[in-house]
Amino acid sequence: MNRENVARRLFLSAAILSASVTVLILGFMVVLALPLFKQGLFFEILSQPWLPDSSIFGIFPMIVGTASIALLSLVFGFPLSLGVSALASTFAPTRIGFLLKKTVQMMTGIPTVIYGFVGVFLLVPIVREMFGGGSGMCILAASAMLSVLIAPTMILFFSESFENVPKQHIDAVDALGGTPVQKFLYVILPGSWRGILTGVVLALGRAVGDTLIALMIAGNAVALPSSVLDSVRTLTSHIALIIAADFDSLEFKTIFACGILLYLLTTISVLVIRVLSSKTRGMP
Amino acid sequence: MKAFTFQGIMFGVCLIVVALLTIVPAGAGPIDGFKGQQGTIRISGGTAHIPVMKEAAKRIMTENPEIQISVAGGGSGVGIKQVGEGLVDIGNSGRKPSDEETAKYGLEHFKWAIDGVGVVVNPKNPVKTLSRDQLKAIFAGNETSWRALGGQDKMINVYTRDKASGTRAVFWKKALDKGVITARANFVVSNGAMKSAIGNDPYGIGYVSVGHMDATVAPVALDGVVPTLDTVKSGAYKVARGLYSNTKGEPSGLTALFIEYLFSTEGRQIVMEKGFIPVR
Repeated sequence: MNRENVARRLFLSAAILSASVTVLILGFMVVLALPLFKQGLFFEILSQPWLPDSSIFGIFPMIVGTASIALLSLVFGFPLSLGVSALASTFAPTRIGFLLKKTVQMMTGIPTVIYGFVGVFLLVPIVREMFGGGSGMCILAASAMLSVLIAPTMILFFSESFENVPKQHIDAVDALGGTPVQKFLYVILPGSWRGILTGVVLALGRAVGDTLIALMIAGNAVALPSSVLDSVRTLTSHIALIIAADFDSLEFKTIFACGILLYLLTTISVLVIRVLSSKTRGMP
Repeated sequence: MKAFTFQGIMFGVCLIVVALLTIVPAGAGPIDGFKGQQGTIRISGGTAHIPVMKEAAKRIMTENPEIQISVAGGGSGVGIKQVGEGLVDIGNSGRKPSDEETAKYGLEHFKWAIDGVGVVVNPKNPVKTLSRDQLKAIFAGNETSWRALGGQDKMINVYTRDKASGTRAVFWKKALDKGVITARANFVVSNGAMKSAIGNDPYGIGYVSVGHMDATVAPVALDGVVPTLDTVKSGAYKVARGLYSNTKGEPSGLTALFIEYLFSTEGRQIVMEKGFIPVR
């Protein structure tokens, strides 16, 4: 057996190992959630409210909470990221763009607990005083903070795809006398929408999966929210808060339902990216 | 010239011996048992216990650098579960472990302090006294404005703890008479987090261990009794509980020494300094 073969097998087994861990985790969660499926409770849990005093352990409010925080954080984060990456890769002078990008790269390394602290002591009081009612621990505060967390993911993806637009196209615009704005709107944006989409889906995945920010500043109430100023609990915070419950209780088993749901959400988003990028292959 | 005479050396030796004699007794005491020991003690669970645990750990580790003591929170439920599963050596709880838990894991309980659980509001809040019925109405979500209670025309923000909390268990049982807690309540994960939440929210109301109360929050009198160390001690304030350290089976080695230390004069001193009432 030559050296190349050994290397190939080594890498193959590494790939199989890491892939199987992912599958095993899903299997593990499904097995532990099996009692829920057997009793036909799984879909009931997904659609019911959380009323532990009446022995109803539904995670519907947490699903709504996760969705609203994640989507709103995209609403805040997307324009911001698009602007920063456009500035960094197209509009600003090269050196400023470089500095900007380095700063954003550094932002990816900040632990989320830091954002959580800033949220608790800075953002929450502001939201509370600005909007009157409520504690300030709410969807709005959490998603505003979360948008800062997910922005670097989007910015780095966006600027990379902006830079991958073929040089000839850009030169052509310059030759035709197009302004930088025209260049960005009519050539760069259409040419890099795939990268933009990938960045958005990844950022969404990060927003859905983040635990600490929501746990610290979303308030964790179990009621169904009726406005962005309501306190909510996300699926991830719910897992963190319930993990201490009795192992054998139904309450504890709901966290596997949360886990499966989070897992499926991530898988679906990855699949969406795959499908989109393969369909558009070969287009300008 | 001889620099080191015999007498000179003897004098030096005597000086060193005297110095040693004066240093050692200062370290003598309940902490002595740890001398020459090494190893780790892992502690988790009740968050009310943390200040005492940290102080005790600090003193033991300063004297005996070979001993490592880690203190984590999580809540009483976590403490009981982790010590039962053998993940930690000592699991703290702010309630007595249920008979079921005790039997399932073979737990030994050590109650080393009495602690009250008091209602707190932000110091800026003028409402400093509530009747039990008012308190129940607030936590049930039926009373939603501070105005009816003599405060500002602002919504009441209720803060509570997750189910693993012993503080919550005791408060729910003894202050709310097992009444409902509104689903709109904000959840925080420790006594410390409750304190910073209420200290930050001028319209918030929550409950913390009396030992944790300080100037950042204001205690609220319940039926005319202000929760303080003295009222808890005298029994006038009824919402009180024991602070427990639990081990799986009889403690041994360092764990036994640590628990012994909590009951020693020095340990009881720490318990008092941190705002709790030591028990024998």
